[in-house]
Amino acid sequence: MQLEYSIEGGDFSHAGFASSQVKRVLKQLNVDPKLIKRVVVCLYEAEVNVVAHAYSGIIHVLINTNEIVMKLADKGPGIPDISLAMQKGYSTASDKVREMGFGAGMGLPNIQHNADDFKISSNVGEGTNLEITIKL
Amino acid sequence: MDKRELHHALKILPEVCIGCSNCMRVCPTHALRISNGKAILYPNRCIDCGECYRVCPVNAIIVEQDDFNIIFEYKRRVALIPAVLLGQFTEDVTTDDIHTALIQLGFTDVFEVENSADFVGEYINKYLADPDKPKPVISSFCPAIVRLIQVKYPALVDNIMLLKPPLDLSAMYYKKMLMEQGVGEQDIGIFYVTPCAAKIAAVKSPVGEDKSEISGVINMDFIYNKVLKVYKNRDKEYEALNRETACNPKNLMWSLTNGEANFVKAKCLAIDSLDNAMEFLDKVENQEIGDVDFLEIRACDESCAGGVLTTGNRFLTVQRLKSFFNDEKVNYDDDKANISICDKYRDYLVGRISVEPIAPRGIDKLDDDMTKAMKKMERINRIMCYLPGIDCGSCGAPTCQTLAEDIVHGRAAISHCIFLQKTMEQIPMLNPSHSFRIMEKIWGKERFQKDCSKAKTYRIRR
Ligand SMILES: Nc1ncnc2c1ncn2[C@@H]1O[C@H](COP(=O)(O)OP(=O)(O)O)[C@@H](O)[C@H]1O
Ligand code: SF4
Ligand SMILES: [Mg+2]
Repeated sequence: MQLEYSIEGGDFSHAGFASSQVKRVLKQLNVDPKLIKRVVVCLYEAEVNVVAHAYSGIIHVLINTNEIVMKLADKGPGIPDISLAMQKGYSTASDKVREMGFGAGMGLPNIQHNADDFKISSNVGEGTNLEITIKL
Repeated sequence: MDKRELHHALKILPEVCIGCSNCMRVCPTHALRISNGKAILYPNRCIDCGECYRVCPVNAIIVEQDDFNIIFEYKRRVALIPAVLLGQFTEDVTTDDIHTALIQLGFTDVFEVENSADFVGEYINKYLADPDKPKPVISSFCPAIVRLIQVKYPALVDNIMLLKPPLDLSAMYYKKMLMEQGVGEQDIGIFYVTPCAAKIAAVKSPVGEDKSEISGVINMDFIYNKVLKVYKNRDKEYEALNRETACNPKNLMWSLTNGEANFVKAKCLAIDSLDNAMEFLDKVENQEIGDVDFLEIRACDESCAGGVLTTGNRFLTVQRLKSFFNDEKVNYDDDKANISICDKYRDYLVGRISVEPIAPRGIDKLDDDMTKAMKKMERINRIMCYLPGIDCGSCGAPTCQTLAEDIVHGRAAISHCIFLQKTMEQIPMLNPSHSFRIMEKIWGKERFQKDCSKAKTYRIRR
């Protein structure tokens, strides 16, 4: 089963839409609430990152009985130093974004922590790709 | 998983129900349908919030209470009353008058539920200090919210605070006190005057505890009428009994919005009404809410002042209870402010304050088996392509989505949708008299007959 969502950069009021929808679907599929929690955290953080740091993005969520794979591809500035971005507390978020309660620099580390498998790649000036896997 | 059968205090009287579907439309968990012209309840989805009871125009939904006369099976008959009962009356009826009327009605003792509120508050703070408790901790006070979380937010059951509310603590305290005075346990009957159906359900099938200390539950609207009658019929010699102790006014606010939060030293929020609760719980579940330690959440607007069995206007009730703070009629001794009356039996009560972990009872799953659930979801999505998406309710289900789910679960047919009936009549796959019979089966024959009493029924509806 595959779900697809698109995200607009800067649209903070809708950040969390995809994770809410995926949560609904997973509840219907009787996935363990603890796993749902991890999926939702990962997807929410990834969504917020596209909203906060990129211009637009597409999310694909693949669900089967073994695993849930979330693929996010965005058009945006990309990340020049991924290992730096992965550090807890590292953030380039603007003051404006911070005022809205985002930009604590914990998003990527949180995804890493909650995912069973996490791939990130980025091309500066083009965009960023994430692949987050949660095993069922 | 809780094996016991769930007790619901809300009952639909089929002989009274006119199948108007008002209840079905307001149910927050989509627990109601219309079939054969009557409302029917899916018990596993019901959280006892009583929204259906509020909107029924013909009182076909009742809150089942214990027979009042069972109080006389006990020698000591304790009326355990929540502060909102005191807030139901007009200013001229004092708390002493209310106590006096309850004694005249046959109770031997009257005790406010909120007497143990400060004690519970103290232990909530201890509970919150434990770093192992998943945050935000959600209050266990409102049983409708506990049940809402079990069925709609199963991922959050671990956040529910595993401490008993003041109702249980006060019942235990009072029973203990009487027993220390030499009263036999079998002679003590503790009767709770409830503002809502949810509390009844909680007493009759408690979540996370074996059995409740409460011997019976009596509806607040019933007691209100009785008390008022006794008071109105008082004679010239009438003198109100003077209570020896009065409940701490801060405690009395407990069941109002922020009443519990006011005791909590950590970062907390108070939320009332089901819509607000669901909006917020959704965010909590998404982990969008950071840095909050405690959530006081109540199903009713203005919390228990807005309980379904209250008679007074909720805003006036709140105002009345707040006035106790600076009311001389409450002879509250300030020196006692920092010591809870429960202190006397601290060890006894602390040993009994915890409840067992609460089991999730998610109602959203389409099947226990994920592969089957996926198939069902695909079918639902296909059916949704054909349904009109206007949630008209003519099929006897509250939304198009719920009809699609009912179809997949074998509880309804696609031909229940009037839009699809019209489409099928066009092809033609369905003849009009058959589709007419389908609608009669859902709504009952009478719904299709001329009936001028509806104008009246609709007028009494709020
Ligand atoms: N999709 C993205 N596009 C561009 N930059 C990103 C993206 N995701 C993360 N980053 C960069 O990585 C940093 C760390 O991300 P994260 O850990 O989520 O913290 P935060 O979003 O709070 O800044 C961000 O500040 C940003 O510089
Ligand atoms: S808020 Fe109070 S009255 Fe309303 S359902 Fe909850 S406990 Fe009952
Ligand atoms: Mg981030």
